[in-house]
Amino acid sequence: MSQPVVLPKWIDIGLLPLWNLLVALFVTGLVVLAIGQSPWQALSVLVPGALGSLRGIGYTLYYATTFIFTGLAVAVAAKGGLFNIGGEGQATFGGLGVALAGLWLGPHLPAWLMLPLVVVAAALFGMAWAAVPAYLQAWRGSHIVITTIMFNFLAATLNVYLLVNWLRPKGIMAVESAAFADSARMPALHELALKWFGVELPSSPLNLSLVLALAACVFVHWFLWKSRAGYALRAVGSAPRAAHYAGMNPRVQVLVAMGLSGALAGLVGVNEISGVQGKLTLDFVAGAGFTGIAVALMGRNHPVGIVLASLLFGVLYQGGVEVSFDMPGFSREMVVTAQGLIVLFAGAMATVSAPMFAKLYGTLKRG
Amino acid sequence: MDEILIGSVLASTLRVTTPLLFCALAGLVSERSGVIDIGLEGKMLAAAFACGSAASLGHSAGLGLAAGVLVACIFSLVHGFACVTHRGDQVVSGIALNMVAAGLTVVLGIAWFAQGGQTPPVDAAVRLGGLVPAFAEPEAGHWLESVLGHGLLSHNVLVYVAFAAVAGIWFLLERTRPGLRLRAVGENPAMVDAAGVSVGRLRYAALLVNGLLCGLAGSYLVLAQNANFSPNMTAGRGYIALAAMIFGKWKPLPTMAACLLFGFLDAVAIRLQGVSMPGIGEVPVQLIQALPYLLTVVLLAGFIGRAHAPKALGRPYVKER
Repeated sequence: MSQPVVLPKWIDIGLLPLWNLLVALFVTGLVVLAIGQSPWQALSVLVPGALGSLRGIGYTLYYATTFIFTGLAVAVAAKGGLFNIGGEGQATFGGLGVALAGLWLGPHLPAWLMLPLVVVAAALFGMAWAAVPAYLQAWRGSHIVITTIMFNFLAATLNVYLLVNWLRPKGIMAVESAAFADSARMPALHELALKWFGVELPSSPLNLSLVLALAACVFVHWFLWKSRAGYALRAVGSAPRAAHYAGMNPRVQVLVAMGLSGALAGLVGVNEISGVQGKLTLDFVAGAGFTGIAVALMGRNHPVGIVLASLLFGVLYQGGVEVSFDMPGFSREMVVTAQGLIVLFAGAMATVSAPMFAKLYGTLKRG
Repeated sequence: MDEILIGSVLASTLRVTTPLLFCALAGLVSERSGVIDIGLEGKMLAAAFACGSAASLGHSAGLGLAAGVLVACIFSLVHGFACVTHRGDQVVSGIALNMVAAGLTVVLGIAWFAQGGQTPPVDAAVRLGGLVPAFAEPEAGHWLESVLGHGLLSHNVLVYVAFAAVAGIWFLLERTRPGLRLRAVGENPAMVDAAGVSVGRLRYAALLVNGLLCGLAGSYLVLAQNANFSPNMTAGRGYIALAAMIFGKWKPLPTMAACLLFGFLDAVAIRLQGVSMPGIGEVPVQLIQALPYLLTVVLLAGFIGRAHAPKALGRPYVKER
């Protein structure tokens, strides 16, 4: 066997992920070619569609907001040595928290009180839904990957049950709750721009949750790298036995990591349910929990990387919609394919190209 | 009327159990060799699409089966390349395969057939029919024909193949030399390596068996259950199969029992909708649908017995230097 490859940092966290991303996008291009479309034409619609207009940018940032939440959720759990595939279910629960707060308190409270309450409800509900698998992992030894998968399905079924039997107003066919009062709606940015600055922006689902997402990035960075609790979390994540010996309780850290992770995933509910829908709907997470895995992998579990990766996926999702409008026969599931290929090449096969870079680097250094 | 109820519940239980059983056995073979397989759902979906395309274009069930198995095996080999050869993360690779399958089947379906992601229906003559047409419907007043005939003997060949596969996999794992090695490689790969048997080759072999079974699961959905492929037609069955495999403690016979239980729940869920149970009242259909997941969580938590995963599960094998 060869020695493990030692690469300088700029290759390891800069060049290699970029290379893997390019390979994934190249294979996506081959798929586009295979269905008889031109990858260049797709790109020439995708990029302007996502970034070429204020409206497009609004949509791109709206998608990115959700991905920042789920990406941070996966990253915080990963730093604690845990693989949280339960973002989907935790986000569903976050939305449920938003809806319960919005439906019961929305009509009685003003927005300045209601909006923080909605955020707290989303975080607490997401946290609670992640805490159960965390407890089962730490104290009962059940594997967190499996339990979080099961909890995704449980959350989805519970959401259906609550909507069908309790939250749906009588006489309505659509499976959704009543609309919230205005005070429980996260204000859209184009409305705020008009009200505060008199600037007219095209309407888009982008809302104040973006600010919340960026604040969450700052918080996660502070928590993981500047706080004592975050140090304990990372210590347990990278060397549980050493951390245990140093006096940290690995079981409690599992709860902390998953609790924070679930809270972050739950905030998706703020963006989607309070910000965009204004009512609880079925299946509003729509795979964002899984996109979070791709985002965290690409962003190397670092808030800055996660923001960049979220923007990338925001561009892909928004641009993908535009391409599917523009090019007949092109479906937006191409984006899901691209996302899967990115997870495959940048995640599962992340080190496949490392020996090649090591050889190249060695030759260059000697030469 | 009881004979009709029992006969038809039995029949539909076996019908919905079949794809679960194929898939759960596929997961079992892979995981007993030490390779986690979260990608069951994706492989089954990709196989269903391949089978639906090939069977409807080629007007042949054999062609559909071959295409389904081939595509599932290719997915398995990609999993092996990432996780066995390059020691990548097995969970991440499985998730990636699920995403690729979910996306690619719709992309190709829309591009090739332009029917919103569906494949054209498979000819009725090509579809797998029941082996004994006389038992196709349960008959009132005839207990034997309804329960034994319609319930057990009215099915298509893949149903019986699935149950035969349980015995086959059990025999392979417990009574043959390759099976012993396969189990050993999931528990203690270093020992197998020291005995001069290739760890990688065994795991690839397990993944190919896994691909074959996933291919059959996906093909069954198109050739027997529905008439064509439609987007996301697996609808979480791969994850239920994963749950059944864990519920069956990674052993063939208990896994079959778990699949039958989950299949039974699926079969009665629709019948129980709006029915008031004595003493309990009306059971929400969502609760019955959630039971497989709930039971698995409870089992994993050690409240009803303990499930022991293979010891080397999820650990890529590194030869000691």
